[in-house]
Amino acid sequence: MSELKQDSRNAQPAADQFSGPDDHGHFGRYGGIFVGETLIAAVEELDQVYSQLSKDPAFWAEFDKDLKYYVGRPSPLYFAERLTAHYGGAKILLKREDLNHTGAHKINNTIGQALLAKFMGKPRIIAETGAGQHGVASATIAARLGLECYVYMGAEDIKRQSANVYRMKLLGAHVVSVESGSRTLKDAMNEALRDWATNVDNTFYIIGTAAGPHPYPKLVRDFQAVIGREARAQSLEQYGRLPDALVACVGGGSNAIGLFHPFLRDTEVAMYGVEAGGDGVETGRHAAPLSDGRPGVLHGNRTYLMSDAGGQIMETHSVSAGLDYPGVGPEHSYLKDIGRVNYVAATDKEALNSFRELTRMEGIIPALESSHAVAYAGKLAATMSPDQFIIVNLSGRGDKDIHTVAEIDGIQI
Amino acid sequence: MSRISKTIASLQEQGKKALIPYIVAGDPSVPLTVALMHALVAKGADIIELGMPFSDPSSDGAVIQLGAERALRAGTTLSDVFAVVKEFRTQDTRTPIVLMGYLNPIEYMGYEAFATEVEKAGVDGLLIVDLPAYECDELFAAVRPKGIDTIFLVAPTTSDARLESICKNCTGYLYYVSLKGVTGAAISDSKAIEDKIGLLRDITPLPIVVGFGIKDTESALKMAAISDGVIVGSALVERISHLAADQAYSQEALGTTVGLIGEIREAINTL
Repeated sequence: MSELKQDSRNAQPAADQFSGPDDHGHFGRYGGIFVGETLIAAVEELDQVYSQLSKDPAFWAEFDKDLKYYVGRPSPLYFAERLTAHYGGAKILLKREDLNHTGAHKINNTIGQALLAKFMGKPRIIAETGAGQHGVASATIAARLGLECYVYMGAEDIKRQSANVYRMKLLGAHVVSVESGSRTLKDAMNEALRDWATNVDNTFYIIGTAAGPHPYPKLVRDFQAVIGREARAQSLEQYGRLPDALVACVGGGSNAIGLFHPFLRDTEVAMYGVEAGGDGVETGRHAAPLSDGRPGVLHGNRTYLMSDAGGQIMETHSVSAGLDYPGVGPEHSYLKDIGRVNYVAATDKEALNSFRELTRMEGIIPALESSHAVAYAGKLAATMSPDQFIIVNLSGRGDKDIHTVAEIDGIQI
Repeated sequence: MSRISKTIASLQEQGKKALIPYIVAGDPSVPLTVALMHALVAKGADIIELGMPFSDPSSDGAVIQLGAERALRAGTTLSDVFAVVKEFRTQDTRTPIVLMGYLNPIEYMGYEAFATEVEKAGVDGLLIVDLPAYECDELFAAVRPKGIDTIFLVAPTTSDARLESICKNCTGYLYYVSLKGVTGAAISDSKAIEDKIGLLRDITPLPIVVGFGIKDTESALKMAAISDGVIVGSALVERISHLAADQAYSQEALGTTVGLIGEIREAINTL
């Protein structure tokens, strides 16, 4: 297939099933704005500012400049030859988001949102974090811009991710331990929303994933879409065609939507979002709302959730703090329902296994989050032919996880 | 005229302010909630806001979060909330009850089933904190035909354009949020609240009551003086947190627990 054909397809008018969200933030029946009245004005203001700035080429030029000189983009598309030989079948290419400054895709989004905060004149930023990657990315950008930064993190995650907690403190951020509820990412998000309602005049809330009230799912996606745009161009340049499949892990889903979105209209590209299967989806102990949840409303948007029969949000289980979230970005819910993306799960065990395989066979230590994507890609590759290829989003590096893995191995470091 | 509108109209005729306590259904237990509601009425409550406990109450401060956690730990479900109201109604058919909470448990029950239960239990109004006016049509289409009032919050940050859409959808009373923040924080600027309520009076004939941050007779007096009534939540839930779920309490003991409501009643009756 020719590059020309792809380009002409992309040039068609935007009003199709992938042109969402609408003016009130809906992707089909998902998304929207479901927050307390105090925050409505803040999200409406953000929507206005973003609508205006996102039409301004100067804004994107500044964004691109920061991505190039501060983050180190473009990130390479790397052929994992030994891993491919190990799994057998399709070629596995890794989109190396782990090589970004701060070690994950999260920085793409914080760069974009910090530009918005700067434009809006907000001197204080807040963020929620699970594994700590978004917290580190937010603390980093706050240090660079001289902004005050508060990061909300579940007490449970603070224990699991002590290295990232210390990194944030070194960067000058205040890390606030969240003791309510299940003391993980969802509770950190509740606490950040409370802070925002209290300090709405001077505070910008940098949401780390493609969820939350409109316009967050849209703007996080737009900032992360650099991953997919690069991957698409690199694929054409390095292999002369588009990939046969894309694989990315999905917690809130920002790295996945960033990779997928620029390919949505390329109908021949199959897509797989890999959720955290925990002990196994059939055990109920997991963090896979798209695989085993139903739609509801949490944290400002309607989306698939893990709730009990009475609509109370359930505790989730995953070896990876960054995927330990009971909801998912609303655009993923929509893409699931229309069947454009396949949502699957990888268990803790499968992810840990891939963590070791990638480390030993390619010399790349992946984040436990990204290891879920690698695990599924291995299974998928084995069902495909050697002349096909898969792009796996290696969303982050695994330095932060070595304590978790060591503990599982019974090793003290 | 709804039971809520009748209650407030009759208070206004007598030149009195509405006193609206908030407690969490099931905190610390379902039977104690019913007993507490009767105790509140005995102390002079005009309307009761009954919290539907939710695991992720992101608009509430620590005190009400903990109240919801206690209720959920005791196993309280939305069906139990309706059971509380039904039980209360066997002895009190006069005091209006407003259910306050978050959307997700209602989504899971289903709007039609929820509307049916609301009507059957004898609920008078709904206040869904995370359901703004532009998302409310579907739920309201289910509850409006049952004569249920739909109450909205107005915050200091609410724009004039939004005020209009809120007033269009709001019935019963308008709940003015006294501060930027979550439930249980402290009021800092009562002059600004007075000005905003003045603006609201030009837009809507709805009664306006003030909540968030009313914790004693002093703050209640200040807010009641410039509005049609006050809502007292966190201060009450904090006192209820000292009750044990498995213990029996006399009506007198529960009266002491909610004594604050009696003090506020007396204070605002002097206005």
